[in-house]
Amino acid sequence: MSPRLYRSLRLGAEIAVPILILLLWQLWTVHADDPKFPRLTTIIGEFQDLWLFSQFESDVLPSLERVLIGFGIAVVVGVGLGIPIGLSRWARLWAMPHVEYWRAMPPPALIPISIVLLGIYDKQKISFIAFFCLFPILLNAIDGVRGIEPTLIDTARSYGVPWRDTVRRIILPAAMPQIFAGMRTSLSLAVIIMVLTEYWSSANGVGYVLSNAKNTLQMGPMWAAILLIGLLGYGLNLLLSLVEGRVLAWHRGYRATASK
Amino acid sequence: MLIPVLSIIVALVVWELVSRGGLISERDLPSMTASFGELWTMVKTSDFWHAFFQTVRGWAIGLGLAILLAVPLGIALGSSEFAARAFRVPIEFLRPIPSAALIPLLFLTLGTTLESEIFLATFGAFWPLLVQTTYGVHDVDPIAIDTARSFGVPRHAQLFKITLPSAVPYVMTGVRIASTVALILAFTAELFMGTGGLGKQLNYYGAFGLNTSVYAIALAIGFLGVGIHYAMVALERRVLRWHPSQRTTEAALR
Repeated sequence: MSPRLYRSLRLGAEIAVPILILLLWQLWTVHADDPKFPRLTTIIGEFQDLWLFSQFESDVLPSLERVLIGFGIAVVVGVGLGIPIGLSRWARLWAMPHVEYWRAMPPPALIPISIVLLGIYDKQKISFIAFFCLFPILLNAIDGVRGIEPTLIDTARSYGVPWRDTVRRIILPAAMPQIFAGMRTSLSLAVIIMVLTEYWSSANGVGYVLSNAKNTLQMGPMWAAILLIGLLGYGLNLLLSLVEGRVLAWHRGYRATASK
Repeated sequence: MLIPVLSIIVALVVWELVSRGGLISERDLPSMTASFGELWTMVKTSDFWHAFFQTVRGWAIGLGLAILLAVPLGIALGSSEFAARAFRVPIEFLRPIPSAALIPLLFLTLGTTLESEIFLATFGAFWPLLVQTTYGVHDVDPIAIDTARSFGVPRHAQLFKITLPSAVPYVMTGVRIASTVALILAFTAELFMGTGGLGKQLNYYGAFGLNTSVYAIALAIGFLGVGIHYAMVALERRVLRWHPSQRTTEAALR
């Protein structure tokens, strides 16, 4: 088989398989005719009715806002705490037991407690998202800082580079690839927690739409909400990898030349 | 060893003071001693251990199924570029779907059953494992494979002697991540759908406003999480004794 034929076959498969899966879903649902598994065409219709754009402003925007603010707080606090903790053995000894405990805690276990302490409005949802998104970023920032070649920091010190510049120009860039790895984990976590907290108690948001659809047994809107949440997760991931590509362009280039 | 212990003690004392001092009312934040006392009372009942083992069961079956499904599939996708390309779009689309979104669907289809809990845990644990296994198999040193081929090692022996051993570190990382995810989702299923287990207990205590019990259950599930995490780290160390990454870890610890 010529390489060219192989490449076009491969591309064909990449396009054909998803279409095939969607077709099978449509055929199966038409055949089964089960209201719990609506047809693809029904789901897309519901999706258009709900999200484009009648409930976009009332439910999608608040959810996005919660995810982004919570995630943003987690990034700032995680990097801000991670760098000093990564640099100091003493700080690590103090901090690690707590970090280890909280990152192993399943987030939903604290939903009832967070409601008792913070209520059921945006404050609770945003702080909840921020709290649990913090740990992957914090751990990766600590590891990233610890992994820096000590010679780099020593060199900067012996050349009298001010501490602020050492952090900004050496430590932060060197830890960046790992911090981004933590951010990717946190962002998917943020979407999950957003759905869970809204599902538990909320008056708007996609999680609320989901719970409302369940309580009123409306399968169409429920599938449309699942589809939307999937797209949100996909879109946010894509956005983050675009940012990562820009911020870490130097890193990729360096790795590519180093491996040659 | 002294400072970490001291650090935990300080945090517990601060908790006690915040609650007793009235910074946050004792009704909303029961004191540390009261919460641990409640946990101690619970630990002595069979109800607690019944729920505890239900949660562990959901976690274990979910994780086990995910390993059985994701590892062979990951090996297939990692060793054939054609297969990887063909399934790339569906996987990239399904992977970020937050498993939380499936709760109402499971509630209405499988209902409040162990199957729902297992499905959710398996679904969540499946993706990190699949991705890790695929990467691991894909990352095999091409020189090792070429060498084996030029010595005439048969394909299935290449798989078992070269590809799989070199993918094991990735798979173990995947298992560790997946085990955390599986616990979260088993617990979530119990909390949100009412499948039996610690999550259901938490929901029950929360509904009756029994805050001390709510805190006690949260402590218990936190300890279960930490226990599972360390068990997985130990397992990883054991399985990868021969691997350089573990040797360097030990050197770094010294």
